[in-house]
Amino acid sequence: MGAVVMLVIVSMVTFGIFFQLPKLAGQTTDQLAASYVGKAPTAEAIADVKERLGLDDPLAVQYGRFVKGVFTGQDFSNGPSVEHCAAPCLGYSFRTNEPVLPTLLDRAPVTLSLAVGASLIWLVAGVSIGILSALRRGTVFDRMAMATALAGVSLPVYFTGLVSMAVFVYTFRLWPNGVAYSDFTENPGLWAWNLVLPWVTLAFLYAATYARLTRSQMLETLGEDYIRTARAKGLPERTVIGKHALRASLTPIVTIFGLDLGLLLGGAVLTEQTFSLPGLGSLSIHSILSGDLPMVMGVVLLATVFIVFASLIVDILYAVVDPRVRLG
Amino acid sequence: MSTVYEPSAAPAATARAFLEVRDLRIHFPTDDGLVRSVDGLDFTLERGQTLGIVGESGSGKSVTSLGILGLHHRKNSRMSGEIWLDGRELVGADPDDVRRLRGRAMAMIFQDPLSSMHPFYTIGAQIIEAYRIHNAVSKRVARKHAIDMLGRVGIPTPDKRVDDYPHQFSGGMRQRAMIAMALSCDPELLIADEPTTALDVTVQAQILDLLRDLQQEFNSAIIMITHDLGVVAELSDRIMVMYGGRSIEQGTVEELFHSPQHPYTWGLLGSMPRLDRDRTDRLMPVKGSPPSLINLPSGCAFHPRCPHAQGPGSPCTTVRPELVATAAHSGHRVACHLSPEQRLDIWENQIRPNL
Repeated sequence: MGAVVMLVIVSMVTFGIFFQLPKLAGQTTDQLAASYVGKAPTAEAIADVKERLGLDDPLAVQYGRFVKGVFTGQDFSNGPSVEHCAAPCLGYSFRTNEPVLPTLLDRAPVTLSLAVGASLIWLVAGVSIGILSALRRGTVFDRMAMATALAGVSLPVYFTGLVSMAVFVYTFRLWPNGVAYSDFTENPGLWAWNLVLPWVTLAFLYAATYARLTRSQMLETLGEDYIRTARAKGLPERTVIGKHALRASLTPIVTIFGLDLGLLLGGAVLTEQTFSLPGLGSLSIHSILSGDLPMVMGVVLLATVFIVFASLIVDILYAVVDPRVRLG
Repeated sequence: MSTVYEPSAAPAATARAFLEVRDLRIHFPTDDGLVRSVDGLDFTLERGQTLGIVGESGSGKSVTSLGILGLHHRKNSRMSGEIWLDGRELVGADPDDVRRLRGRAMAMIFQDPLSSMHPFYTIGAQIIEAYRIHNAVSKRVARKHAIDMLGRVGIPTPDKRVDDYPHQFSGGMRQRAMIAMALSCDPELLIADEPTTALDVTVQAQILDLLRDLQQEFNSAIIMITHDLGVVAELSDRIMVMYGGRSIEQGTVEELFHSPQHPYTWGLLGSMPRLDRDRTDRLMPVKGSPPSLINLPSGCAFHPRCPHAQGPGSPCTTVRPELVATAAHSGHRVACHLSPEQRLDIWENQIRPNL
């Protein structure tokens, strides 16, 4: 229920920002329409665009039409012909005249590939480094790992990404043709190989955060009374760490992981941009830069859906992990 | 009961008590200096007997018990001396061998049962786990055993409660579950570290009753760590009073309550509230605060707080008193420089009338 409300609110806010703010800033609907006509706007063409997009209608009506389109589809008069946009209709791009939804669906697999691969790497790497660091607190390993993690947190993706490209692509020529996305269904091997660099770059950033978080959680848990109890029972140390300590330490990590993954699925803007991956992130950048409002709306809505679902799943998982959260 | 400890005597295997601690030292190196939490501790305990260890916070009670179980991290603690459990020496033993004894030969009940149980596992799972490390049985058999144990410690409908989580238990029930877990492998030595401190008074009495019944049933040796003299009087056969990491008086409950010899023990007895006195006279606290374990006072560690200490230059401030028997072949031992006559005089004429 909360999830649905969230979706409605986000769509309203986004809609409002893109269709109302320009007016508040003093732009007339004529100017707004003019930016979509082309190089030499004639009064006729502007009027036509205004008519077609319903820019003169009150905002609520425009929003209502948008929502109605999502559920029942929408007809657009495109000059002489009328185009029907079927049920989950998010409209047409101002720039390319492509329908929004299919474009999104076309781009989504790229972002999905990037996010899933990277998240697996950072989860495994970050958590295991964090655990090792906690168990060897104060050793050289711990200091090195935490220094690297600090670097990982501080360095932006467009820096680490470019450095890794310079080193691995241009110097060692591991990817002689550059890094380009290829479809999973066509060639899984090539798909993975081409994504290695973006995965590692993106994972480095997150693994650093996760390593630090896991380490501090682990250290806190190891000081708990129930860990002492587990040892007093005569459990071998690996059971104490691997079962009792890990279970309690991972709870907050599950939460953050869900939200991070949800956020990334809406588009890993910097990584996609750095590696020229045609995902949702680069789509949103291009749409924003070119003022392609329906496309931006679509990306934002899709991202919201991901985040809302991610937090929903996290809530459910949390109850599975921590019995104290369960009702009753 | 216990033999007078003579440092020069060669350890004779035949005469060894069930639990024998000799010259146990547990030190923790820290940035501020060496913390001497336990510094030369001797005591013995036989099967079926209960030893009460009393003393204020920081006197080394808990450190001693964790040391017996081998729960101190070898990296940040230094342990020396001897701990003999049923003929096996534990201080120098392989950590993995000590680990195998934990839970089976010796078990521990902790002070706060809520924080001492894992919040994410059911009570049953935690007891089953404790049982199955030391017994090669199927999950089903272990579960039956867990339900059986819960029933024996007085938890109603144990077959249903076994699947509950610790947070679904009340404080007293949780401590019962903790006891069930500690007793699941029939340990010969049970260490109870302030088992009733976190419980309310009525539940306290029930838990103590339960421990006494279970001791009779299992014939285990119990070390009862507490700062509550009432609990000790209730349950113990012998009492050891600790101060500054050392034992300063040992004896039977009778001896310690009716003819205590050490000024600190007098202080502890005076700290027990008496309802039959005027309110202002009810409590006679021990003045001052516990000593720093990094910089123990010279001589007798208690001398800065001792109202009967002789002045500067006397043995009280320069020589550490040894734990010696109050009479030949007596198990009542005390570490104090006052002469037995002086002690008897002060106890009979100054302390006892005011208690």
